[in-house]
Amino acid sequence: MLSRVAERVYWLARYIERAENTARMVMSFHLVSLDMPRSVPLTWKNLVAVTGNDDVFEEHYQREDERNCVKFLLADHYNSSSVVSSLKAARENVRTTRDLVPSEAWEIVNELHLFARDNIDSGLGKRGRYQFLTEVVQRCQTLTGLLAGCMSHDPAYDFIRLGRNLERADMASRQIDVGAFRLLKRPEDESAGPYEGLLWTSILRSQSGFQMYRQHVKRRINGVDVVRFLLQDIPFPRAVAHSLDYVRGAIERLPRNEVPLRLAMQTRRHVLKAEVEQLIKEDRLHAFIDTLQLEIAGVHDALADNWFALDKAA
Amino acid sequence: MSIDWKSYDPSPFYDELIAAPGKPRPVARRLTEYLSSLGDQELQARKQAADHAILEMGISFTVYSEGENIDRAWPFDIVPRVIPKREWEEVQAGLVQRLTALNLFIDDVYNDQRIFRDKVMPKYVLNKSRNFREQCRGIKPPHGVWAHICGSDLVRDRDGTLYVLEDNLRVPSGVSYMLENREVTKRVFPEIFENSSILPVDEYPTQLFDMLAAISPRPQDYPEIAVLTPGIFNSAYFEHSFLAQRMGAELVEGADLVVGDDDCVYMRTIEGLERVDVIYRRIDDDFMDPEEFNPDSLLGVPGLMRAWRNGKVGLANAPGAGVADDKVIYAYVPAMIKYYLDQDPIIPNVPTYLCVNEKDRAYVLDHLDELVVKPANESGGYGMLVGPHASKKQRAEFASLIKKDPRNYIAQPTLSLSVAPTLCDDSLEPRHLDLRPFVLQGVRTDVTAGGLTRVAMRKGSLVVNSSQGGGSKDTWIVDEED
Repeated sequence: MLSRVAERVYWLARYIERAENTARMVMSFHLVSLDMPRSVPLTWKNLVAVTGNDDVFEEHYQREDERNCVKFLLADHYNSSSVVSSLKAARENVRTTRDLVPSEAWEIVNELHLFARDNIDSGLGKRGRYQFLTEVVQRCQTLTGLLAGCMSHDPAYDFIRLGRNLERADMASRQIDVGAFRLLKRPEDESAGPYEGLLWTSILRSQSGFQMYRQHVKRRINGVDVVRFLLQDIPFPRAVAHSLDYVRGAIERLPRNEVPLRLAMQTRRHVLKAEVEQLIKEDRLHAFIDTLQLEIAGVHDALADNWFALDKAA
Repeated sequence: MSIDWKSYDPSPFYDELIAAPGKPRPVARRLTEYLSSLGDQELQARKQAADHAILEMGISFTVYSEGENIDRAWPFDIVPRVIPKREWEEVQAGLVQRLTALNLFIDDVYNDQRIFRDKVMPKYVLNKSRNFREQCRGIKPPHGVWAHICGSDLVRDRDGTLYVLEDNLRVPSGVSYMLENREVTKRVFPEIFENSSILPVDEYPTQLFDMLAAISPRPQDYPEIAVLTPGIFNSAYFEHSFLAQRMGAELVEGADLVVGDDDCVYMRTIEGLERVDVIYRRIDDDFMDPEEFNPDSLLGVPGLMRAWRNGKVGLANAPGAGVADDKVIYAYVPAMIKYYLDQDPIIPNVPTYLCVNEKDRAYVLDHLDELVVKPANESGGYGMLVGPHASKKQRAEFASLIKKDPRNYIAQPTLSLSVAPTLCDDSLEPRHLDLRPFVLQGVRTDVTAGGLTRVAMRKGSLVVNSSQGGGSKDTWIVDEED
């Protein structure tokens, strides 16, 4: 398999996953914002912080209000992680690898890209937002299902799996970070206190994890358990540990995998070994997530260097 | 209502299917009867089925518009163009003869240059030939073949004679559409394939693979073959990807390849570097190797020429093969056939005036309103003057262009391209067309059964290019004895 092709299917999967996660995040925050009393200030800017693109946001906007934040997250082309940008990039990547993936995959991505581009206005307004975002999420999942069910599970598919799960682990860890920042670090901020459960629920919801949490954790929603669930619950497919499990599995099947495999396993071990309660008590969760994100980026660098690097001479 | 061939009048042009109103040519009788048996509604339904199949199969071509490249559905007319097998055999022989002579010529140009010494062709033509490559002097590619894949454009004039209009020896495109047109037609008119004997066209990818395998530097059963594309932005990307898939070859871009210190070409794969034996390159010479040609090219592979020159990789078409694309050289092809093969040309050239010759030039300048003037080294119909349709001002511009650079212009009489019935809105109307058969030459020479018929969809138009409103038709070679 050509390195360039491997890189493109990997990014195809990453961008689709990014679009889906961003859409989920905006949707759950949108829903919780409708529940919150006006006295509790909701900072949409936190969502921008999740994507790590705060500086780009600040370059373009002065007001950190809902309108600007949602526009930045969903529509703006100068935000390379916005839903519209991600879908456009996904489309470019599948366009150049059409011969590798089932032909329906191209159609789904192409139509999704057109749908998002043409209906973005309803996503920006409050009224059509839920429907718009649900549709984006569902179409992303259609693609994931199609690839899982109709594409040979060959190296190309392993690169798709790799991209999807690494992106998912990355986004999930960012969500935990922001949630933790908002909810755990400020005991003095009394206004949100009674609504803590609501906010954690929204974070679970953004990962479709609310119901699964209920079934498997069986305890009242609380910060420590939610963080543990989203970070370490191996059976839950959107948990960081689960995603890293899949990253490891995909890497294991690929040739010449020593370096990326070692890093992926190391990262996974660190996640599973983390003492969540301790980290929160000692106010070290943010630092831990920071390191985790560097490690995830390290896995990406290692695999890019190992399989995609084109500048190496013969 | 159904088609009434009596009301279809192609005059004053030669029609491929209909000899005169109500009188189909013998070879087209079954088809025309079948079409009239369908009725208008059914015909429209078939047309819709074809459009749907094209979308579904993803048959597209790329056009640039407002800085973006857009994938457009391939324009296709469901009424096939039919050619009798007996006539086609003659054409095939003519194309084999022509490409054989052209390859002998290219090999001669880069080696002994006998044709100039023997004064069959003046040597000056090389001096301003844009596609002559000094870097190729002295190279002897396998089997003496430089142009492995040739797409020659054939046109039929009013009297029914077929002429070669031009030879494309660099990176001729269109063959994938020939194959897809047949696929679509089989879906749309399955009944007629049952009771006519229409020659199949789908051997092409196998023949192409075999030809490419035959120029592999490592004689082995499984040569690694790659199709080198400039990338997704190229208008023929669909075809590059199509041919790679059909041959089971790797579709690569320049950045995927690297030439090692051992002069071998490798592709970068997830397994590491893998050697490539043969490259079917769909990149022009100029962009192929920044070390030897255009140094700014990002599409090419540094060192590719070195690898080829040292026999470590097969290249099709060979660099420099485009020298014979020059329209001044085209004018000498009949002389070449005589000189190298001692034969008379089977398919005639369109009479060509070389502006570099004083007598010809005087004639051309005097008759600009009747002639088509073409630059010697352009393809795709660019920079042409169609005298009868041009304004006075345009003709004056060309007169001064010709006087300034006579070597770079040729002129030909304006042909009345033949027509064929084409489904326009809701009736059949005559539209002009041409034909591009594809010829493969390696150890053996193969000609496609038919080729790509391109049709000008606009009434009266002679422009068949798909980027300018041209369409296409399936081309049937029909065995009448069956």
